[in-house]
Amino acid sequence: MSTLIKQDILVELLANAGTGFEQVRATGKEAFQAQGFPTNKSEEYKFTAITKKIEQSIQNFAAAGAFEVTAAQVKEHVFEGYAGDVLVFANGHFQPELSSTVDGVEISPLSDKANTALGSIAKPEKDPFCALNQSSFDGGIFISVPKKAQIQKPILFLNFFQANAGQVIQPRVWIEAGDFAEVTFINHSVNFSDASYFVNKVVEVKGGVNTQIRYYKLQNEGKNAIEVSNIETDIQKDGRFTSVNVSLSGEMVRNNLSLNILGSNSEGNMYGLYLLNGKTHVDNHTNVDHTVAHAESNELYKGILADSSRGVFNGKIFVRQDAQKTNAFQQNNNILLSEDAVVNTKPQLEIWADDVKCSHGCTTGQLDEEALFYLQARGIAKDQAKGLLLYAFAGEVLEHITDESFREYCIAKVQERLGSNF
Amino acid sequence: MLTIKNLHASIEGTPILRGINLEVKAGEVHAIMGPNGSGKSTLASVLAGREEYEVTAGEVSFKGKDLLDLSPEDRAREGVFLAFQYPVEIPGVSSTNFLRTAVNQVREYRGEEALDAVKFLTLMKEKMKLVEMDQKLLSRALNEGFSGGEKKRNEIFQMAMLAPTLSILDETDSGLDIDALRIVSNGVNQLKSKDNATIVVTHYQRLLDYIVPDFVHVLYNGQIVKSGTKELALELEEKGYDWIKEEVDSKATV
Repeated sequence: MSTLIKQDILVELLANAGTGFEQVRATGKEAFQAQGFPTNKSEEYKFTAITKKIEQSIQNFAAAGAFEVTAAQVKEHVFEGYAGDVLVFANGHFQPELSSTVDGVEISPLSDKANTALGSIAKPEKDPFCALNQSSFDGGIFISVPKKAQIQKPILFLNFFQANAGQVIQPRVWIEAGDFAEVTFINHSVNFSDASYFVNKVVEVKGGVNTQIRYYKLQNEGKNAIEVSNIETDIQKDGRFTSVNVSLSGEMVRNNLSLNILGSNSEGNMYGLYLLNGKTHVDNHTNVDHTVAHAESNELYKGILADSSRGVFNGKIFVRQDAQKTNAFQQNNNILLSEDAVVNTKPQLEIWADDVKCSHGCTTGQLDEEALFYLQARGIAKDQAKGLLLYAFAGEVLEHITDESFREYCIAKVQERLGSNF
Repeated sequence: MLTIKNLHASIEGTPILRGINLEVKAGEVHAIMGPNGSGKSTLASVLAGREEYEVTAGEVSFKGKDLLDLSPEDRAREGVFLAFQYPVEIPGVSSTNFLRTAVNQVREYRGEEALDAVKFLTLMKEKMKLVEMDQKLLSRALNEGFSGGEKKRNEIFQMAMLAPTLSILDETDSGLDIDALRIVSNGVNQLKSKDNATIVVTHYQRLLDYIVPDFVHVLYNGQIVKSGTKELALELEEKGYDWIKEEVDSKATV
């Protein structure tokens, strides 16, 4: 048994957690204590030895707390040409004085919204890290988009992280959207340290009837950082939720993305790209739960792995007995650029309904040598031809990002990576 | 322009080419024929620089340079063009972006100015006519979902865009119906000049009715065993390859 599980690590974390949410935190604590950190026997964490990694890096489990971010730093890290609103966070703590107010959207620190039903969507008993966050999250934000509000400009979460080795950052986000609301979020992190800190984040998104919610995330963690992210959403009738996740760095990253399809004629889309090098380990666990008939889910995750990086993809699709006429598609494709890079990919479909269309597929291979030679034989330099092929492979994910400035920023980051490190 | 001397090449240790000698001058069209497995496509691939093949002996000089010393891209930039027997489908790479990158890298190597978007499109429109290329094809990903005939036409279109001095057509006729064959040959003929040369690798004489060769060479067991004029191709069409095989094999046993 892991030594971590024996320690009462919550003592220190809870000491730092703010007031309020006593009941929520107690539930989280209980759920965490019941589960403990995942051991190497845990099926959900089979390919990602996160507990071992945390044991090695995180000793005292103290919360990192807020720190001062300057307006100049905010300005520096907003993408060129970005025309949307910006919400600034320092280690998960909302910084209203540096943030925009968004017309028609209620934005407050979580501490001011004590009645928020935290844990009602991302249920703590489903994942130990989700439970850990619920017991001892630090800071956090509440966002409410009213009924029928069409928020045209995206809302950017600009997260600044600064922590010492061994510190823990536990941000919490609650988003709710009224019926017929439409909104786009971009999550971007900037880290000021190469220390081995631990980010454990939970985002809950409560959709309404016919809401259109897009959630984009660029993960560019510090090279020694460990990150666990739980994003979970409820999709109601006629609603649509689209996630695009781009992972570029970090020591060990685990993304849990869960879509609960609760209303008919709705749609859930999950797109992901991971470009890994060095020893980075990125694990994407997605889960879409079709509970009602006539809904659709689409999933495409792509990975390019160099050096001794490691990728894990686990895509669960549940189609419950009542979920007739479900269309669920899943695809995971990987290119390994080195002998030492590894991908573990596992589609997991459980289908209880009998009139559905579900498909899944995964491929893992090397760069197509024949295609490379074809481009070279037309006069294109080998490196550039490689870049062209890899970018063509990756581009299929990025085209799902609707905000142009963020898409361009991601494209530039990806091209920079394809040009220099691979 | 091209001089091949005693070229030996093997793949994974198996010798395929066993001493090829060939001289190609500007303005000439050479046909390389031969039975299946004789090494025709290997010769084309070795000249273009495909890495799986190992050159074990011999030399190839192209316009005075050691061709074997150059990377595939530099061979292309020097003016060698291989029309692929099986053009590769590349999803996600737009035909237009690919061609513009290729044309401009070749131009840069040759000390010419890069073409801007307008000039590039003008050139593209002009060359498209040559092989009756549909604009719609070029708005798609490279060769993706193209029919066999469309892929071969696209090869000749790329050849027109890159203006090579030595074009090697590797079984460009295989799988083409007569209309496509006419279009492709017509394109090749229009691109012919006194300054460039063409090597046509083919199994069948049919193509040579359209692209008339100055010389015909028969490749067998990795060597050129017979050379002649276009009449040799007609003889092969009529009599097949067996008499050549017998001629060579009987010499070998003596």
